[in-house]
Amino acid sequence: MGNLAYLVSAYAVFWAVTFAFVFRISRRQRALQSEIESLRRTLETNQDRM
Amino acid sequence: MTVRNRSLSDLLTWASALAMLAGIYMAFIYAPTERIMGDLQRIFYFHVPSAWVGFFAFSITLVASIACLSTGGRRWDIIALSSVEIGVAFITMAIITGSIWAKVAWNVWWTWDPRLTTSTILWLIYVSYLLLRDLIDDEARRARFSAVYGIVGFVSVPVTFMAIRWWRTIHPIILESEGFNLTGPMLTSLLFCIGAFTLLYFTILVHRVRLEQLADDVEQLKHKVYR
Repeated sequence: MGNLAYLVSAYAVFWAVTFAFVFRISRRQRALQSEIESLRRTLETNQDRM
Repeated sequence: MTVRNRSLSDLLTWASALAMLAGIYMAFIYAPTERIMGDLQRIFYFHVPSAWVGFFAFSITLVASIACLSTGGRRWDIIALSSVEIGVAFITMAIITGSIWAKVAWNVWWTWDPRLTTSTILWLIYVSYLLLRDLIDDEARRARFSAVYGIVGFVSVPVTFMAIRWWRTIHPIILESEGFNLTGPMLTSLLFCIGAFTLLYFTILVHRVRLEQLADDVEQLKHKVYR
């Protein structure tokens, strides 16, 4: 493996870990936001019934 | 999240994306090719800032842990936890990129050099922080335990930083008491990348803290809906 291949591997590892980390945060944020919306709707429906 | 906070976090996200792109330009085009190591030395412009962000993140955890113990505020616990997660990710990247560099420079992927050994211990200490937190169910107890751990665990940060100065090592020393062992465009590129990585750290921290606040909102809403 040439020196350039090692350099590319190092940068690929860096960007892979960074994107995986950011993607995980963003996916969980979206999931929580949709859960909040759903819970708010349920809460409003419950309040309307009372 | 208010509109103002959201636009601030969007601004931070775009600024750090642009800074990271500029960091790539500095590392690959602006910085000259090193005479002995050639292009491989360019690993260094992402390896050193990754290690810096790791150390910086654990320092923020220390401050947040002290604040958490003295005020008992949930916000400080969230900041400490978020900062540990980011620090562990960046130390992992520093270890992996360093290992790739070592394969060419030292002809081995790994050696038990003082810096490498202390970095591994540092990594294990903060991975344990994340694992042990999950074992405690009570929120207040978990926050207190994590804060004490965040303060005690920080001892490993200065030890790791000083390892190459205290013990005999083959690891390069970039920052000495007389200043940086670099000059000209190489130093400019390194300092620029350190700045860009610090900005990236704050951007991820803002989003990670927001994530934890959303999880708290979900718990509160669930309590209201299912009480």
